[in-house]
Amino acid sequence: MIAALRTPRGLITALILLALAVLPLLTQAFDQRYLLSIGTRIVIWSIAAVSLNMILGYGGLVSFGHAVFFGIGGYAVGILSAHGVSSGWIQWPVALIAATLWAALIGALSLRTRGLYFIMITLAFAQLVYYVGGGLEAYGADDGLNISRSRFPGLIDLRDKASFYWLCFVALCGTLWFCSRFANSRFGYVIRGAKSNDLRMTALGFPVFRYRLVAFTLSGTFGGLAGILLANEGAYISPAMMSWVKSGDLIVIVVLGGMGTLFGPLYGTIAFFVLEESLPHLLDLMRKGWGEYWQIVFGPLLILVALYARGGIDSLLGRRS
Amino acid sequence: MKSKLFGTATIAALATVAAGALPAMAQSPIKIGFVSTFSGPQAAIGEDMRRSVELAKEHLGGKMGGKPFEIVYEDDQFKPDVGKQKSEKLVQQDKVNFVAGYIWSNVLLASLKTVTDEGDTILISANAGPSQIAGDLCNKNFFSTSWQNDQTPMAMGEYLQSKGVKSLYLMAGNYAAGKDMLAGVKRTFKGQIIGEDLTKWPDQLDFSAELAKIRAAKPDGIFIFYPGAHGVQFLTQYAQAGLKGQIPLYQVFSIDAITLPLQKELALGTLGAQEWVNDLPNDANKKYVADFKKKHGVYPSYYGAQSYDAIMLIASAAEALKGDVSNKDKVRAEMKKANFKSVRGDFKYNTNQFPIQNFYIQEAVKDPEGMMTVKTIATAMKDAKDPFYEKCPMK
Amino acid sequence: MDYLLLQMLNGVQLGLLMFLLAAGLTLTFGIMDLVNLAHGSLYMMGAYIAWTTISWTDSFVMGALLALPIIFVLGLVVEAVVARRLYARNHLDQVLATFGLILFFNELVRVIWGPAGKSIAVPAFLNRTVEILPGVPYPAYRFAIIVVGAAVAILLAWLVARTRIGMLIRAGASNRRMIGALGVNIELLFSLVFGLGAVFAGLAGLMAAPITSVKIGMGDDILILAFVIIVIGGIGSIKGAFIAAMVVGQIDIVGRAFLPDLLKTFLSASAASSAAPAISQVLVYIVMAGVLVWRPTGLFGQRT
Repeated sequence: MIAALRTPRGLITALILLALAVLPLLTQAFDQRYLLSIGTRIVIWSIAAVSLNMILGYGGLVSFGHAVFFGIGGYAVGILSAHGVSSGWIQWPVALIAATLWAALIGALSLRTRGLYFIMITLAFAQLVYYVGGGLEAYGADDGLNISRSRFPGLIDLRDKASFYWLCFVALCGTLWFCSRFANSRFGYVIRGAKSNDLRMTALGFPVFRYRLVAFTLSGTFGGLAGILLANEGAYISPAMMSWVKSGDLIVIVVLGGMGTLFGPLYGTIAFFVLEESLPHLLDLMRKGWGEYWQIVFGPLLILVALYARGGIDSLLGRRS
Repeated sequence: MKSKLFGTATIAALATVAAGALPAMAQSPIKIGFVSTFSGPQAAIGEDMRRSVELAKEHLGGKMGGKPFEIVYEDDQFKPDVGKQKSEKLVQQDKVNFVAGYIWSNVLLASLKTVTDEGDTILISANAGPSQIAGDLCNKNFFSTSWQNDQTPMAMGEYLQSKGVKSLYLMAGNYAAGKDMLAGVKRTFKGQIIGEDLTKWPDQLDFSAELAKIRAAKPDGIFIFYPGAHGVQFLTQYAQAGLKGQIPLYQVFSIDAITLPLQKELALGTLGAQEWVNDLPNDANKKYVADFKKKHGVYPSYYGAQSYDAIMLIASAAEALKGDVSNKDKVRAEMKKANFKSVRGDFKYNTNQFPIQNFYIQEAVKDPEGMMTVKTIATAMKDAKDPFYEKCPMK
Repeated sequence: MDYLLLQMLNGVQLGLLMFLLAAGLTLTFGIMDLVNLAHGSLYMMGAYIAWTTISWTDSFVMGALLALPIIFVLGLVVEAVVARRLYARNHLDQVLATFGLILFFNELVRVIWGPAGKSIAVPAFLNRTVEILPGVPYPAYRFAIIVVGAAVAILLAWLVARTRIGMLIRAGASNRRMIGALGVNIELLFSLVFGLGAVFAGLAGLMAAPITSVKIGMGDDILILAFVIIVIGGIGSIKGAFIAAMVVGQIDIVGRAFLPDLLKTFLSASAASSAAPAISQVLVYIVMAGVLVWRPTGLFGQRT
């Protein structure tokens, strides 16, 4: 633990986690409430990115429909809330179970395919749910629905921004902890081994399909958790939260941060949000009005990352021991 | 501390923000946030709104009630979550006194509570008008300078009813606003609905199957709702299918100053409904349209007119309060009077703070210089109230 | 009967337009193993470039003929600057980099042509209807799309089946390492194939422009559908892409033209009219998922 702090990677990671842990105190001290809302979104998106990394980074399975779990987690909370079930003790488990079951179902159907076929079939299932969400007229269809936040009476008030942030942070820590246990377990090694050569793993007697299905399902559960938090963050749900663009953003984040590394998705999320927030301002500084064209810089930046920064931000922090 | 958090990029960003904020604080001007779409395929609408806001600023001489004011524009990228994030930034970081804009219902709904409840800031919608906000979700901090979704098609339906049109074929994109529009026209049009198609949204490029159905169904008229590029597509294909001249087309929000340069002659003669038309004979409107045309060489659209009105509405309250907009109760009370020269002519606010206003029928024509535009040909509804205000708890 | 024929023709026209787009996509994937999300951007650039060349020449046909070589060159540039470096990479790097290209092209178009979009008028000699059967008028321009699409399909079939390049393409699609061993100038072949794919995409874009409209992001909407088509058909297979495009075209038309009436036979009218658009919206995805569950590498894909 202490030894890990001596490497630049360990030190930076520790500082980031520390900073995230005390963020509400900082934003209050400096009267920067807006930074806290960005921070909250970063933490929630990190949970989703970490969960995607479990299959994409470690397993090499490019799911192009991961944002669907934002939607399933969010809609489970939103629909229950619209029917007057406001207790988080009911909403959250229902949402997690829904996300898990859906992940198991589409995993079972999708994992028979490989490569681009897998990318497209996960996209297809996500689009299916996206359009169903857009057709739910009782729940606002594609205009979305304003909901009230989950209630945990006597325990925590989610309307309080700082408390909600800390709850999200704890959820992120839990997700990271689970992911590290997952990656370093025998189970995780099978998933990672199958990434480079699934025939060999099968030959060694591992039921690769079943292992992958379990990983895909767990990844869906944590994706659902992020969805629950996202719905509570905005007190709003809409199909837009599970559009394919969001799934694409999640992939970009994981690759940007460093695939198959524990903290990569966290770095990736921070970098992604900071770029999105600051690039327009930086360009506006160079010349007024340029800010709106920030994607003309962001696009080539992604190309450069894909071409030259293999291993993402994580690899910039020095070699792994 | 923050350098550890977010790295150098954020420092630069914060520096920009701080640099912008410092001189502003010295004079403490009135700050207005304006959220619209400034990037991507829909940026043309945002640009039209911004031009109108800038024109309003010019007409006001940069001052409201003797105080300078500034506008902070934010791009919602046509995404609800981004719109919400930007609204949050305006309220929490820029500490604006008002937030205006909002083209899209879903962006408005996502941002509403952040601004009106958590931020206790007044929001003026310059376009979006979902039924929820006119009814159950109405809010003392919410004002509209546009309409409620159902109203414009209701006006069209009323007009067709009065003209004795017997049967209609309805078409719209398969999304919430599209469904609202069809529901709206059905509220007032009592003739036969021969057919109804909700088409894939927003990715349907082709209307050949639907046009073939229409040809077979032989209705007296076609009613459509296809905003933006879709309106261009529909009109082109309707003409190519040889239906123009055979079955008349009636539209809402599908032919406007932004799409007309692309639709050109294909639009000629098509009727539509709108609460504002560029030739409405009042002084405020004449000045707005003339100056807009002089500056940009094109006609403003209703998006622009509503944005211009949003700024003028804020200005009217600031004038009445001599520039002191700190007391929200007083500001709301002043805004509720709608005591300003709207480019649509005078209107009153209903209990839900949506306008009680006229709706006009407009026809696409060529102006004397040969530029495509629309002109008023009839008044479809007088002092119309939206159908949801009774559900609003505010009295 | 006339009505049925008319609707089928609409499906054929839609399918052929999609085939133009899918052909380039499946070629680049089959030969270079490249997932090119920016293929939709080339479709968009085709429409915008044609808008410019048409306004220069004042003629749709001349403008189109002028635009195609420009798009070919654009394709070569994209290949040389970005795509070439991606062939040996995994799909994920390719997705990321070509996604970056989409963002770049969308903003580039906004800088050059402005945000408002453009429209291309139907050429005067096609701006009428032809009677395919007595009393059944069909837009002449759509008929032209069918003709051009069919011509390209035949040309491509000939190219793949009868020429040396086609032989290499087939060899590459079934075994990528093979063509290297054949002593072929691979770099040149790859550039040519990419450029050809760009031309097909650009042609689809400029042919679609007069019936749709020229706007930023117009390629992104249609790109996913093109991917659906090559996945149903089996990646790398031109024949598969053609058949899948025709099937998707017909499915789309059936969903829009006949599904509401079909549903009314066993649902109430109001339930049918709200269910039909929802179903037709997801119909192609259901079909694709079904095909992949049944045959995990598409209808005509290589088994591994």
